[in-house]
Amino acid sequence: MINAILVFNNHGKPRLVRFYQHLAEEVQQQIIRETFHLVLKRDDHICNFLECGSLFGGSDYKLIYRHYATLYFVFCVDSSESELGILDLIQVFVETLDKCFENVCELDLIFHMDKVHHILQEVVIGGMVLETNMNEIVAQVEAQSKLEKAEGGLSAAPSRAVSAVKNINLPEIPRNINIGDINIKVPNLSQFM
Amino acid sequence: MSDVVERTLSVLPGLLRQHEPGAVPGGAGGPGRVSATSRLGSLIRSITALTSKHEEEKLIQQELTSLKATVSAPTTTLRLMKECMVRLIYCEMLGYESSFGYIHAIKLAQQGNLLEKRVGYLAVSLFLHENDELLLLLVNTVVKDLQSTNLVEVCMALTVVSQIFPREMIPAVLPLIEDKLQHSKEIIRRKAVQALYKFYLIAPNQVQHIHDKFRKALCDRDAGVMAASLHIYLQMIKENSSGYDLTGSFVTILKQVVGGKLPIDFNYHSVPAPWLQIQLLRILGLLGKDDPRTSELMYDVLDESLRRAEINHNITYAILFECVQTVYTIHPKSELLEKAAKCIGKFVLSPKINLKYLGLKALTYVIQQDPNLALQHQMTIIECLDHPDPIIKRETLELLYRITNGHNVIVIVQKMLDYLKESKEEYAIINLVGKIAELAEKYPFIFLKLWSQSSGKCDVVHPDIPNNFLRLLAEGFDDGKEDDQLRVYAVKSYLTLLEEEDALYPQKFLQVMSWVLGEYSSLVTDVDPEVILAKLHSLLKKTFVTSETKVWIMAAVTKIASHTSHSKTVDKLIQEFSNSLDTCMRQFAFELKHLCEDKALMKNLLPFDASCTDMVVDASLSFLDGFVSEGLGRGAAPYKPHHQRQEEKLSQEKALNFEPYGLSFAASVSSSGITGRQSPTGLSFGSDMSGNSGETGHKETNTLKLEGVHKLWGKEGYLPKKENKVGKENEPQTVSCGSLLARQVGDPPASRSDQVASLSEEDKEKQQLASTLFIGLGSSAGVSLLGKADTATQKFKRKSKINETRNSEEASDFQNSASSDFGPLLDTVPINLEDCEGNIHTRLRKVSLCSSDIVEDNLAFETPQSLKKSGLDDRLSDSRLSQSSLFADSNIEIFLPSPSAHCESASKIPLVPSLPEELQQLTHSEVVELCQSDALALYLCKVWTDDSLLLSVFVSNKTNSALNAVNLMFEEAEHFQILESPTYQFPVIEAQSVERCEKCVWMDKICTQGILSGSINYQSEMDTRLEFSVTLSLLDFIRPMAMTTEDFGKLWLSLSNDVKQNIRMSRSQDSLSAALNTLQQKLKLHIVDIIGNEGILACQLLPSVPCLLHCRTHSGMLALWFRSPCSALPDGLLYQCQKVMEES
Repeated sequence: MINAILVFNNHGKPRLVRFYQHLAEEVQQQIIRETFHLVLKRDDHICNFLECGSLFGGSDYKLIYRHYATLYFVFCVDSSESELGILDLIQVFVETLDKCFENVCELDLIFHMDKVHHILQEVVIGGMVLETNMNEIVAQVEAQSKLEKAEGGLSAAPSRAVSAVKNINLPEIPRNINIGDINIKVPNLSQFM
Repeated sequence: MSDVVERTLSVLPGLLRQHEPGAVPGGAGGPGRVSATSRLGSLIRSITALTSKHEEEKLIQQELTSLKATVSAPTTTLRLMKECMVRLIYCEMLGYESSFGYIHAIKLAQQGNLLEKRVGYLAVSLFLHENDELLLLLVNTVVKDLQSTNLVEVCMALTVVSQIFPREMIPAVLPLIEDKLQHSKEIIRRKAVQALYKFYLIAPNQVQHIHDKFRKALCDRDAGVMAASLHIYLQMIKENSSGYDLTGSFVTILKQVVGGKLPIDFNYHSVPAPWLQIQLLRILGLLGKDDPRTSELMYDVLDESLRRAEINHNITYAILFECVQTVYTIHPKSELLEKAAKCIGKFVLSPKINLKYLGLKALTYVIQQDPNLALQHQMTIIECLDHPDPIIKRETLELLYRITNGHNVIVIVQKMLDYLKESKEEYAIINLVGKIAELAEKYPFIFLKLWSQSSGKCDVVHPDIPNNFLRLLAEGFDDGKEDDQLRVYAVKSYLTLLEEEDALYPQKFLQVMSWVLGEYSSLVTDVDPEVILAKLHSLLKKTFVTSETKVWIMAAVTKIASHTSHSKTVDKLIQEFSNSLDTCMRQFAFELKHLCEDKALMKNLLPFDASCTDMVVDASLSFLDGFVSEGLGRGAAPYKPHHQRQEEKLSQEKALNFEPYGLSFAASVSSSGITGRQSPTGLSFGSDMSGNSGETGHKETNTLKLEGVHKLWGKEGYLPKKENKVGKENEPQTVSCGSLLARQVGDPPASRSDQVASLSEEDKEKQQLASTLFIGLGSSAGVSLLGKADTATQKFKRKSKINETRNSEEASDFQNSASSDFGPLLDTVPINLEDCEGNIHTRLRKVSLCSSDIVEDNLAFETPQSLKKSGLDDRLSDSRLSQSSLFADSNIEIFLPSPSAHCESASKIPLVPSLPEELQQLTHSEVVELCQSDALALYLCKVWTDDSLLLSVFVSNKTNSALNAVNLMFEEAEHFQILESPTYQFPVIEAQSVERCEKCVWMDKICTQGILSGSINYQSEMDTRLEFSVTLSLLDFIRPMAMTTEDFGKLWLSLSNDVKQNIRMSRSQDSLSAALNTLQQKLKLHIVDIIGNEGILACQLLPSVPCLLHCRTHSGMLALWFRSPCSALPDGLLYQCQKVMEES
């Protein structure tokens, strides 16, 4: 599972912090600091995986990070996640942000912290990857803000209103998987009771 | 164009509201969106303007105070509250606690409209943790929202549930969430599955009943829902891989995904649902592990996956890597393995570092199954060793560590040490040093060689390594010859190292070096000890050597000096250091000087190769007995330990007792002192009987073991060792494995050289490195690389003999000590019997049964002589066993049945029960009634025999008809043990008559008082059962123990558990003898001797646990000092003593 998702800038200022396991405030700050130091001294052309030692209290954890312009996106995961998979997940997340904010930059993350969190919630929930399909994520986010706007009124976020209008006719994407021939056997249900 | 319009639109309201000209920060595309939360904006702006951490702290505290005021104000609108929450989230992110806002976050989630609710939920999930009590307040809101018709609300509720939810409230929402599994919207179903996964994680048994619903989710028509359900299955299969017969389904799903049956929408870089594939491959790996049958099912699809993943993109490699892992995890199939190996090759050879890293990881994973794979990629691995990325390097070392064998270990450890020198990360260092230590234990040769080359880092990090190493060297291996080879090699290599005049070695290394030289330099015959001594001497004078190391060196010098006849260097050294400023060095020099004068003693003191021999320390210092007795004979005051001197000072009575304790006593001391020294175990007892000097014996008189090598430097020089290992000195040393090995590494492999001639110098070097690294990897390639296949690997196993011998030694110590303790007892018996002749029958009196009453009779004196003797004999034969088991603090289990078997001898006696003749003579209690029914009456009498407590039970039949099959049964009691069977059956009891049976009882676990209960049943018209209980006290099982003063002294020193207590004496018994008499009468203690204001008493707990008591009076206080092999006994007796003294 994913234990933490940290985003900080080149100076170590946290921009998005999400822990999926409970840790004391000081420990969290220490992890952010140490992670930053670990990541900072690595130049851009070496590998994106890092063993973070006893940072999380076990040797099993890894840091997987990507560096975009002024921001570091760091996912701290345990051994049950695929390194390359997470690496691309970061890409998906960032691309989604880019779509939602149209040319995302550090300022967007700062000033729309709540929105960033909501987008993240569509991707990763409780430490597990929920959705990796970019279009789907964007659609969910848009659908929610559309409904909210009906209540909240346009004045709250004019820019979002405009983009919502742009995407108002987003087609419902067919997602049906053809599993007619899967025919899952249910031989002895008793095991599952 | 529309873009520009949009931006202008969005900027305007922000500008209008803020009234801050120029407040829009620069940044591409960003400025327009700043307006939405203006206060947050200004907060952030002011924070970014700050320069120091301190200022930031101040500002945030300010902000938090104002936020606190705002959120708690009743007028605050929900809209404002929402803004406050965002600011709070920001503060929390920066690490400032804002717990005052938590409750408001919950409120916001409860009351707000959608927008506000969403922020409220988000704040809750960020602020609170699983066990927070505040979470309970959220449950109602969640339940309400789950039932809402608004999809967004349901979604939010499900999201918060799958992030954080109190475990104990799961039942409240579980049915609602189960319903959501049938929801028409797939996003709701998906989130519901996710919520259930969360429940499964925090409370698996709560969701057990809905496993079939998970299955439905797996078959959901939406792939997203199916993917979500895989989380649950992965988790369940991880916990128990055998319980799920779903392999077929997973394989079918994977087949469809790989085959592109999913909508195009799921593609990521034209790979169909890669994360789903990864998940499925993991599940398959878990399922197929060690299961040939299920593995069979998945071969096809794995093959397909490997084949399909061709597009050169990151995510394909992710799938490939997963595939490879699965292939190597499940039951192997050669074709697949081949393909997987090819894939690993692709990874390792890839120019992308991420892939290289994973390739190395995969290699590490498969290397044990297939070492040839490493050989194929050896050159790449060599290159990775010099990779600029430390992560790659570390992974490479990990890989090398896995392929370590006797041939390549030196090179590999060398590489590890190189890495250690560069690395600064503590975690990496600890990890690596641990590995080196492990290797060192397996291949000790490398250690000798490599230590010198390692930097000082090694000793900082792991002080255990040298200790382990020395222990290894000293304890040796299975083969004695190998040991000596190793030792000789060590000595030789260290001597070579010392040759370099100005080399700087780490302190730990110098210590190891000097220890080895001191201990084993005599094994090397062709080096003059004088040379070694000279080297050590010069080392001593170096400034960089710390004083701790100097002590090590000095000890080595001493040891070497003991083998040599006369050495100028030693003389010089003694001279030099005799007036050293360092007191420690001065002392060593002084000791060395004195030892040199007596070579015989020195040899005895420092035997060869005895570092592993356990030293037996004579804690009682018995070898000083002669000296002490001489001193006492001349009228010196006996030694008093510190606490006793202080006690006396406090009492401020008579200052010191200058009287010697009589001549006989002095003689006994000297005699026992001499025998003590010659005793085979080295454990002897000072038999100073004053009771004062009895304290000189340490509490732990059983052998003090100096385990391990490090402790050798303690008091080593003071005690003769009993066992010398001999027969090792003369073995000739011809070949040293280690040097052979070293040669191998040094020589470039000859047969290889013609092939590599064309390569460049650098490549050649690498080839060489490769050949040294990968030799011995099982394949012929490895051997041919080296061109030599003659050396056998040297593997050593640590031997565990040491412990066994130690144990057996210990055991024999006990035997010896026990027998020497009790031997003299036999001789003393007649004397004691004579002593007590006068007392016999004088105080015969019956005491009441209730055992809290004290038995006043000195019953041992009333025992017939024959009985007593036999009892004592028993005790003697028993003593060895009981003694040793008592030392281990266990209870006595072994009994010899009493020869005077009065157990269970039922006989007829008149209706009014009375003891039979033979028991009448023993001390016994009155006969008391235990219980009574219409038909039966039960009486009991305690008889205190010499070797047990005899419970005499009388059953009287009050009816006019005979009673058949009367069963008496004692229940098992924690503290007591009934010898032989706890039941007794009277076949028939005639009308109006009394039957009797007897049971011997011992105390099993010490307690001051305990209850033994039992029942009796008999057949009249119906089954009748009577219950009774008997109270037994510790005193029922205490018997006097007759012994002489000397025996007392010996025993005293051998006992380890002691208890001391001062009790106030009442006026009636202000003299010592009066007090002792009370103890003698009431506690059945035996007075051994009274000297002045001190007295010694002895008793035993049946069957034969001795307890000794030393009493001393001063200023109205009686100082009691108990000693016993059993820890609980002194406490119990002390309690009784206190009671007795209070009563009188």
